[in-house]
Amino acid sequence: MHLLATPFNIDNSYYLQMDSTMLKKLVLGTALFAAPLFAFAESEVNVYSSRQEQLIKPLLDKFTASSGIKVNLVTGKDDALIERLKLEGKNSPADILLTADAGRLYRTKDLGLSQAIESETLKAAIPENLRDPENQWFGLTYRARPIFYVKEKIKPIDLSTYADLADPKWKGKICVRSSDNIYNQSMLASMIASQGPEAATQWAEGFVKNLARPPEGGDRDQLKAAAAGICDLAIANTYYYGQMLAGDVAEEKAAAEKVAIFWPDQGEQARGTHINVSGATVTKAAKNKDNAVKLLEYLVGDEAQAWYAEHNQEYPVKTTVSASSLLKAWGDFKADSINLSELGKHNAQAVKIMDTVGWK
Amino acid sequence: MLLCMALLTALPILAVFAYIFIPSAEVWQHLVATVLTDYLLNTLYLSLGVGLGVLLLGVPLAWLCSMCEFPGRAWFEWSLLLPLAMPAYIIAYTYTGMLDFTGPVQTSLRSLTGWGYGDYWFPNIRSLAGAMLMLALVLFPYVYLLARAAFLEQSICVLEVSRTLGCNQWQSFFRVALPLARPAIITGLALALMETLADFGTVQYFGVTTFTTGIFRTWYGLGDHAAASQLAALLMSFVFILLLLEQASRRRARYYHSSSKYAQIKRIQLTGWQATGAVVFCNLTLLLGFIVPVTQLASWSLANWRTQLDSSFIILIQHSLGLAIAAAIFALLLALILGYGKRLHPGPLVSVAARLASMGYAIPGTVIAIGVLIPFAWLDTQLNHLSQTVFNTKLGLILSGSLFILLFAYNVRFLAVSLQTVEAGLGKIKPTLDNAGRSLGLSSSAVLWKLHMPLMQGSLLTAVLLVFVDVLKELPTTLILRPFNFNTLAVRTYELASDERLAEAGLPALMIVATGIIPVVLLSRSISRSRAGGSTV
Repeated sequence: MHLLATPFNIDNSYYLQMDSTMLKKLVLGTALFAAPLFAFAESEVNVYSSRQEQLIKPLLDKFTASSGIKVNLVTGKDDALIERLKLEGKNSPADILLTADAGRLYRTKDLGLSQAIESETLKAAIPENLRDPENQWFGLTYRARPIFYVKEKIKPIDLSTYADLADPKWKGKICVRSSDNIYNQSMLASMIASQGPEAATQWAEGFVKNLARPPEGGDRDQLKAAAAGICDLAIANTYYYGQMLAGDVAEEKAAAEKVAIFWPDQGEQARGTHINVSGATVTKAAKNKDNAVKLLEYLVGDEAQAWYAEHNQEYPVKTTVSASSLLKAWGDFKADSINLSELGKHNAQAVKIMDTVGWK
Repeated sequence: MLLCMALLTALPILAVFAYIFIPSAEVWQHLVATVLTDYLLNTLYLSLGVGLGVLLLGVPLAWLCSMCEFPGRAWFEWSLLLPLAMPAYIIAYTYTGMLDFTGPVQTSLRSLTGWGYGDYWFPNIRSLAGAMLMLALVLFPYVYLLARAAFLEQSICVLEVSRTLGCNQWQSFFRVALPLARPAIITGLALALMETLADFGTVQYFGVTTFTTGIFRTWYGLGDHAAASQLAALLMSFVFILLLLEQASRRRARYYHSSSKYAQIKRIQLTGWQATGAVVFCNLTLLLGFIVPVTQLASWSLANWRTQLDSSFIILIQHSLGLAIAAAIFALLLALILGYGKRLHPGPLVSVAARLASMGYAIPGTVIAIGVLIPFAWLDTQLNHLSQTVFNTKLGLILSGSLFILLFAYNVRFLAVSLQTVEAGLGKIKPTLDNAGRSLGLSSSAVLWKLHMPLMQGSLLTAVLLVFVDVLKELPTTLILRPFNFNTLAVRTYELASDERLAEAGLPALMIVATGIIPVVLLSRSISRSRAGGSTV
């Protein structure tokens, strides 16, 4: 191992960057007899995160500053991190898995990779439908996936529900990204949960026929396409819209200003607008469970919740913390109240339906 | 021993294969009924398109730059390698940024003409054709590089003889030089095609459904590992058969140069429209494959560098460089051992093992990463069990949680590059030389060190630098397998781009390209000098 590491000797700070237990383990591996010399007393917590470094690192740094607990971070794609967690088994160094989608948290629990956490702080801060019924995972922020319409062309009075988007009157008027994307899979999974697979299939069939173009690009691209005249309606997550409006890219801002949010399914009997969370779970293999719980509790604290709202344009899960002024300006809405575990349960079926109806 | 090494490298691939015996008929029925035809056809078209593209760009450019003389030739000779430093997913980002309906090109077109959506036709960059173009533009240097090296290494006598036998300059190209360079060209083509099959970033970004995207969708979306592995296995078998066919097709032919008499190449002087055509062709390729995307990256960086350039940025560069250097050396050593071993002990078993070990190049990085994790995580568990019982202490994940696993994975992924290059180099050395060396009392390893290595310096350097650039650009394996607090330029680029912040991804992307240029320039210069008959021999 030491041989392999030589190229990095260019700068010793590399070793400072590498987390110290790992280095100790390396030394340990080569010199077993020295094992008792090392104590693993340093206070730290290891995080696997599918939230990007830049979206989470500032908060983790604040946590370290206030608690003295060092946070070690690996970022990556959720599915791959779950796979890594699974293969590492009980030796996994990870204490916490952070993801940007509830379905993945469900899967982690389903695979037996997470553990229940009894914390009054977490329970008090997070509404019931945004956390696991058995306290195996917790939502930290939420975002909605509403309908966006081009202000010049569409009157909000003509819009009503997601179901209505399958009506032939919208033929060639809707933009949405690829069904490879988890946000679309979760959206369809929520329909399967509330209306059953047949209704969801029928809806998807009609919806796909109404697309203005084969799905391409990400959520921002759908909003830009709507603003540029390719379609009249688009589906996207709220924080993308928020970041376009609040960001400093002039074209994105101009595009976002041409569209507005419509909150679908708001009626008395309706299920509400589809939402999803970014959340976290404590791994079964966690060696620093106490620190992990401290980090989670920090993340639902007032300071962290306000930071999320302000910087990422996401909704805080904690109802006493107010959303950013931008988010408030979009108005209140009724969110779908199903427990988000349902999204994970119906994910595979959602993908099958998408394949069947030809949603690329 | 040799077999063991090859098998060890092939272990992750075999680990994925192990899933194929788990039945998953229901998912297969679903796949066949819905999307499988799309996966197959798109993959086929993409491979054909990219294959044709890299040949039509790579071979003529190599011939022009090595055998002809025209204004700017010396500059094009090395600069045409630059697209090699451009990861395919990054060139895809830049062209999409420019040519999309909402990008600057179409927007200004609309404001100039007053057209709206649907009033005019504009090629959609996010399409199968777009993906072919993007991949061909950055992958053609493989063919160019190897073909040029082959042209330069050809004994001029062969060409002269062909001329005395009545061939004109162009006939001697088609009838002598081209067939002689065939193994090199095919190797380049094989590398480009394998890279195409493994590509995930570009096709996914463009929304083209191929085998690779299908494997992901089946694995994660449908949650069926067995069916996903079976898809991967199908893809691998396809590549394996291709590689064997290629090998079989040249079994009877040998490509040694029987004369080692080299003379300075008398380049064909191009004039008039021929020279103009050559200059335009070279310029256009360079412009589209490198200058245009780099300009786009630079303009993004210019707008965003303040938020991106911090102290951690230097560490990103160090990590990227360090990993690439270590992996390149590792891969060269392995390729030398395997390549030379194959030469010493030729046999179908070793040959198949070596082919199997180099399959990794055509397999998506994420699949490799999982394949590597399976055996190493198991080994770690055993080691921990052992240390727990013997020393009563836990080691933790000393293999799968360290950089070691990442370097190993790079080797699985990129061994094909170093192995093919080393084999091509060895293939040009006549076996009589080995015999002469051995009869003069050298051991077989001394033959390698004292005779072969100096003779194929160029090939060795090519092997190191190609792997270096590949690792620098590599994303999915790095993303999954890296240890805590260890980021690279590619990871940073991906994170920003996947959050749809393309403009902010400009600076790290530009740094990948800039870092990749250095080895590319070195490579180019060494090959120019490698021509026998030059000052060095």
